[in-house]
Amino acid sequence: MAEYNNTGPETRKVLMKGNEAVGEAAIKAGCMCYFAYPITPQTETPEYLSRRMEEENLIFLQAESEIAAINMVFGASAAGVRVMTSSSSPGISLKQEGISYIAGAELPCVIINVVRGGPGLGNIEASQADYFQSTRGGGHGDYRCIVLAPNSVQECYDMVMNAFDLADYYRVPVIIQNDGIIGQLVEPFEMHPYKPMFEKLPAKNWALTGCAGRKPNVVRTLYLNPPNGLEMHNRKLDERYKKIHAELRWSESFNCDKADLIIVAYGATSRIAKSAIKKHINNGQKIGLFRPKTLWPWPDVELVDIARKNKGVKFLVIEMSTGQMLEDVLLSLMDVVPKKDILFYGMGGGWNPTPDLIYEKIDEILK
Amino acid sequence: MNIIKTQPKSITTEATKYCPGCGHGIVLRLIGEVVDELGIREKMILTAPVGCAVVLYDYIFCDVIECAHGRAPAVGTAIKRVYPDKFVLIYQGDGDLAAIGTAEIIHAANRGENMSVIFVNNAIYGMTGGQMAPTTLIGQKTTTSPSGRTIKGMGKPIRVCELLTTLEETKYLERTSIHSVRNINKTKAAIRKVFQNQLNGIGFSLVEILSMCPVGWKVSPREAVQFIEEQMLHYFPLGVYKDTE
Repeated sequence: MAEYNNTGPETRKVLMKGNEAVGEAAIKAGCMCYFAYPITPQTETPEYLSRRMEEENLIFLQAESEIAAINMVFGASAAGVRVMTSSSSPGISLKQEGISYIAGAELPCVIINVVRGGPGLGNIEASQADYFQSTRGGGHGDYRCIVLAPNSVQECYDMVMNAFDLADYYRVPVIIQNDGIIGQLVEPFEMHPYKPMFEKLPAKNWALTGCAGRKPNVVRTLYLNPPNGLEMHNRKLDERYKKIHAELRWSESFNCDKADLIIVAYGATSRIAKSAIKKHINNGQKIGLFRPKTLWPWPDVELVDIARKNKGVKFLVIEMSTGQMLEDVLLSLMDVVPKKDILFYGMGGGWNPTPDLIYEKIDEILK
Repeated sequence: MNIIKTQPKSITTEATKYCPGCGHGIVLRLIGEVVDELGIREKMILTAPVGCAVVLYDYIFCDVIECAHGRAPAVGTAIKRVYPDKFVLIYQGDGDLAAIGTAEIIHAANRGENMSVIFVNNAIYGMTGGQMAPTTLIGQKTTTSPSGRTIKGMGKPIRVCELLTTLEETKYLERTSIHSVRNINKTKAAIRKVFQNQLNGIGFSLVEILSMCPVGWKVSPREAVQFIEEQMLHYFPLGVYKDTE
C-alpha cells in the first residue's frame, strides 16, 4: 500500500491506487465521516480510510451492511458534516433505498461506485454496466444524482474533492462512477491540497444540531400535507436538476475537428480507445474522441456542437456494457445525426476491450 | 387550585393523528414530561420511524430526522458519532425494529452505541391497517393471518428484550406497559432511566413498551387494555432484563 502521511499544504507526486487516492482526497476535502462495507474491487478504500481516519481523528465505521452504511451517511449528512461511502455494484444496489431518501431530503453526500460485472454477483472484473443505475436515479422516485466519471488516478483524486463541493452547493448526492480498472490502477499523480470549487458554499442552516436558540429543524421525505405538498417538492427538485444541467456539463474532446469518426467513451474505456485512436491517427486517419466527464448531467450540448461542426461524421459508442450510455448519445444526436451513423461496440459487463480490438473495429467501420 | 399537571413544554398543541385508544399518545406525553424534567429539548435529535409515529415532528419541538423503515439505529449511530454531546432518541415500532430493521438494531446494540431507544410494541402493523407483526401473538388474527398466527410457518413472536440481553454491550433493557396508570408511571421511570443513561455516558439503553392498538386489533379501547393484561403480559413479561450499573 502506498504510504502518505503528510496532510501539509505542499503538492507532490505520489504513486497510489485509484481506490486509495479517492480516500485521501476525501480527507483533504474535509470529509468527517466514512461508512462502508467491504466488497471487491473497492475494498482498498475502506482499508485505507480505516487507517487514515484514525490518524486524523475522524469517524470511520465499518457498517453491518450496505443498507446500514448509506443510512449512516443519511444521518451524518443531516447532522451537517461532509460524509462519504464507497462500494461496488451489488453493494450500490443495496444502497439505492438510502440514496432515494438522501435525494428526497435534499442532503449532500459523496458515493463511490467502483463498478464490477453484473447482474447479480456477476464477477469482480471492471464493468460499466451500472450507467443506467447511476444516471436514471437507481432508487424509487423522480430524482437525479450528479455522476462524475474519472479516467485516471489524478481524476479520482480531483473529482472526489469536486464531488464534496458540488454536493454541498446543489444539495444533491454526487456519485463517482469509477470502474474496476481505474479503481485498481496504480499510477503517479499530483497530490495537491484541497482546491475548493466555489468561493462560498450555502450555509447548512437546515442541519440537525439540536434546536438551541432556533426553531427545530426537520429532515424529511414524506409530504402528505398540504394536498399538493409532494408536487411542490418534486417541482422544486426538478428546477434544481435543470439548473445543474445548465451549469455542469463536463466533457473532453480529442482530435474532433474535421473527424470522419468520433469515438464516445468514458472512464477506463476512454483511455483504451485513445490508444487505438492514436495508432489510427499515425496512419493518417481522422478519428476523434469525445469523453463525458459528467455522466449526469450528460454533456448533450457539447456533443451536438461537435456533430454540427463535422458534417457526415459517424459516431462509435464504446462501453463495457451492452449499450447503456448509447441511449444518451442517440437521444442527444437524434435531430443532428442519422441513427445509422451512430454505431456501438460493447462488451457486456465484466470483460473489457483491448486497444487492438478497438483498432480493428475502427478499421472495419472505415472500410 | 393547585396545578399538578400541565402540557409538557416540549410537546406541541397539534392534534395527533393517532386513533382513539392508541398508546402512542401516552408514550409521547411521557417523553415530553421527561424531556422537560431533564431539560434536554435543545440538545435532542429524534429519529422518527416509518409507521404511525412517522410524523413525530408535528408533535415534539426538537430536531427530528424521518428515517427509512427500520434504519433509525443506523441513522442515529451516525448522528451520535458526529455529536457525542447531543442527546439522540430512537423511537421505533415493532415492524420497524423487530422485522425490517433487525440488523440495524442488533448491530447498534452490539456496538454499544450510547443512544436511548423507545420501542413501542403493539403486536401489529398499525399504519398499514392491521397486518401481522413479528410480535403478533400466537392465535392473534390480523389481516394477513386471518385464521390466527400459527407457530408452523409464521414462527413465534420475537421477544426483543430477551434477544438483546445476549449482546454484552447493551447496558439497560426493560419491558413496561401502558395499559394502566400504575404501569404508565413505571414506564415514565423507565424512559427517564434510558434517557439518563445516555446523558451519563452509560451506553445502549432500550425500553420496550407494550401498547394498545384497538383499531389494528379490531377491538374497543377498553378491550385493548384487557388484551394487554390478559394476553400480552403472559408472553411478554414486564421487568428489567438488564441493568449493568
